[in-house]
Amino acid sequence: MTVQTGIQPISAGRRVKDRAVQVLVYLAFAVAVIPLLSVLWLVVKNGLKRFDVEFLTHSMRNIGARDAGGGAYHAIVGTLEQVLLASLIAVPLGLLTAIYLVEYGNGGRLSRIISFFVDVMTGVPSVVSGLFVLAFWVLVLGMSFSGFAGALALSILMMPVVVRSAEEMLRLVPNELREASYALGVPKWRTIVKVVLPTAFTGIVTGVMLAVARVAGETAPLLLTVFITDSINTDPFHGPQMGLPLYVFDQAGRPTDTAIDRAWAGALTLILIVMLLNLVARLISWWRSPAKRGS
Amino acid sequence: MRRSAFRRSRGDGPFRFVSTGAGVILLAVMAAIGVFLIIKAIPALQANTAHFLTELTWSPNATEPAFGIGSLAFGTVLSSFLALIIATPVAVGVALFISHYAPRRLASLLGYVVDLLAAVPSVVYGLWGVTFLVPFMLGPSKFLNTYFGWIPIFGGDQVVGKSMLTASLVLAIMILPIIAAISREVFLQAPKIQEEAALALGATRWEMIRMAVLPFGRPGVISAAMLGLGRAMGETIAVALIFPATFNISFRILSANGNSIAANIANGFGEATEVGRGALIASGLVLFVITLLVNMAARLVIARRKEYARAAA
Repeated sequence: MTVQTGIQPISAGRRVKDRAVQVLVYLAFAVAVIPLLSVLWLVVKNGLKRFDVEFLTHSMRNIGARDAGGGAYHAIVGTLEQVLLASLIAVPLGLLTAIYLVEYGNGGRLSRIISFFVDVMTGVPSVVSGLFVLAFWVLVLGMSFSGFAGALALSILMMPVVVRSAEEMLRLVPNELREASYALGVPKWRTIVKVVLPTAFTGIVTGVMLAVARVAGETAPLLLTVFITDSINTDPFHGPQMGLPLYVFDQAGRPTDTAIDRAWAGALTLILIVMLLNLVARLISWWRSPAKRGS
Repeated sequence: MRRSAFRRSRGDGPFRFVSTGAGVILLAVMAAIGVFLIIKAIPALQANTAHFLTELTWSPNATEPAFGIGSLAFGTVLSSFLALIIATPVAVGVALFISHYAPRRLASLLGYVVDLLAAVPSVVYGLWGVTFLVPFMLGPSKFLNTYFGWIPIFGGDQVVGKSMLTASLVLAIMILPIIAAISREVFLQAPKIQEEAALALGATRWEMIRMAVLPFGRPGVISAAMLGLGRAMGETIAVALIFPATFNISFRILSANGNSIAANIANGFGEATEVGRGALIASGLVLFVITLLVNMAARLVIARRKEYARAAA
């Protein structure tokens, strides 16, 4: 069994270095996970104190910072409406842009410019999108603070995310499918609508849900555009609304324990919504992934 | 191939027009952000009695408005760079862990766990930071001050939890996932053949990574770090809750110093007058331009290398 090779055993110094790096790399992962566990643990632990029926069904109307009770119903309603409106703006625009980039752009100049700025747009700070809507919608056009203004700001943050994920999914659609469709005499636009989009559908849905999850937790743009209210306002087009992230921020800024408890309960609700969206999105993509994942 | 001749249909023109239009609207929005911020910033800048770029204080709501970006820009840059210094080594370690160390079957699951860090909303980090991390950091901060106080940034007489260091730590946690995710993708694309060649020549795993993976991934890691820098600069709510909101320039990161452009917008918006809002918009314009430059530079680095095209998505 002893095969004589001319190979020297690995020297102690090299072995130690290899081990040391391995330990460091494992440690880095542990260090990264600790804050996540800490955040989740504290949100669940502190959030459950006030995560009750009253919290989910009542607003903060006539409830001071010191008073117990109160809830986030107005904020939950606001967030759902704002995110829905933002999606209604961002998804069609983002999807059409992705279709342009993949099907019509052909690597031309305009498509390269758009593609570059979509990337740059993902880096626009959320507070800047809020300031833009404040300057454009509220100050220049003279519209009031409203849920819709918040939705406009959120849609700016959503668009590049939708474009990128939809683009990636459209590129995964095999060219043979398109060619088969053309060969049957189907015009290009019907090929896109009837063949390409359905093939990429689950992937696009996943991307949209991740984008929704990303903007649902945004606070800064809402702060500047929907303002803050303690009352229920189900009309997103008129008057100040509330949003769940904004609610957490508002309550966290008040110095009483009852307010902090409400902030934690709000944070728990928010995390549940965001994580649920994330999880469902990942499950869809895992379940119906066109290319086998696992790399 | 996609240009191949096929029968034109009446629907094609409009559909092409609409989808091109959507792309153009996206460009227009980017331009509009700059234009409208400038439009609303100008009146406030004209009313300003101090020099906007050098003044440290921020009192745009006074009858004689005097405000400047000086201390805010300083705080933004300092906190972001601190966050970057803390986050990058950890993120590279995490990326290596997932790309080259973790068991294959667990790797994508563990990657997802790290991605979850990015899914936690900013305001939740703020709440966590204020109620947990701020008191928690008092101990380590005192330790640094006592034993490393001779290093200027750890010096100073008073040590508090609500400090530049705590805010930077929260920023580091928030930008870690993006740096880790891009680095991971880049490391995974390192040429397998070179890795195998290194191993076949008797290199240990670390030597293989140092010779075959890291040199290939370096530009990707740099641009990932720059994207993280852009994120850190624009991060608002978490740091708005943690920064002590002072208006001075100090390198003492353990003392009650610190503010940033974005945090100041969130904290100052409530009581801002007309000029005050304009002043905040002017500061937002500065933030927009800085992050735009950082992001464009990062994207250009990625775009130069075709192999990275997928990683950047």
